[in-house]
Amino acid sequence: MNVPAAWYLVLAAVLFGVGAYGLLTRRSALIMFMCLELMLNAVNLTFVTFSRTMSDIAGQVTVFFVMVVAAAEVTVGLGIVVAIFRRRSSTSVDELSEMKG
Amino acid sequence: MIAATYSVGAVAVFVTAALLVLVGAIGVISVKNPVHAAMSLIMTLFGVAVAFVAQSADFLAAVQIIVYAGAIVVLFLFVIMFLGVDRREGVRVEPLVGQRPLAATGVAITVAGIVILMARSHWVSGAMSVSTSGTALATGSGNVSQLGTAVFTTYLYAFEATAALLVIAVVGAIVLARRERLIDEEDA
Repeated sequence: MNVPAAWYLVLAAVLFGVGAYGLLTRRSALIMFMCLELMLNAVNLTFVTFSRTMSDIAGQVTVFFVMVVAAAEVTVGLGIVVAIFRRRSSTSVDELSEMKG
Repeated sequence: MIAATYSVGAVAVFVTAALLVLVGAIGVISVKNPVHAAMSLIMTLFGVAVAFVAQSADFLAAVQIIVYAGAIVVLFLFVIMFLGVDRREGVRVEPLVGQRPLAATGVAITVAGIVILMARSHWVSGAMSVSTSGTALATGSGNVSQLGTAVFTTYLYAFEATAALLVIAVVGAIVLARRERLIDEEDA
């Protein structure tokens, strides 16, 4: 018998927390994108777990679409990082403070 | 006690996946070198793929390895090496006073809230969804055809929209990363 769904859900929650902590504390834009991927994967794990629990394929379909959107997001995000690096020679988000009030 | 209730294999697979995921995730947020962070990210993605296989989402596990570990992390590594930012970042420096404790507190409250919500509510009832019209989710390899049927029938419009989204993302990335200097050279 497979392990209960709650184990995977708690694992996903902890993974989401670790990703959120990294997103809040790291300052390299590249690392922040990686932490974003961690959070997306945590949500994907939750979707797949509920897909198994509720015996509904829609959860896995959602994960499929989340993966597509994540790929598009990383492509555009890294394009922005490259464009900013050309201008500022840095990927640190601390230096992007022109619009500070 | 645990092994008496659940099969040893399932518990071992879960522990393996959890170790891969958590060690990789902590590596991503703690190492200084961005290349090492990308390697830790691959470890986490493999762990999530193991969890997918254990829950009979075979196709998603394959896509996880091919798209995430294959394409996205390679894209990360390509940008890291293209920009030459694989030098160390000062992880210990804390420019905003109190940022780390505040972040840790917020994250701890959020995760504890999620876990308490899961523990105290009863929406994980094991009841079948009404949207599947009574067909149970196949375990094992039968899952892939169910996923394909759902994607190409029920979710066809969303699937077509993702195609447009990917094209737009590729064009957008090219526009963003293009060198403006080339236009100046043509004018000169």
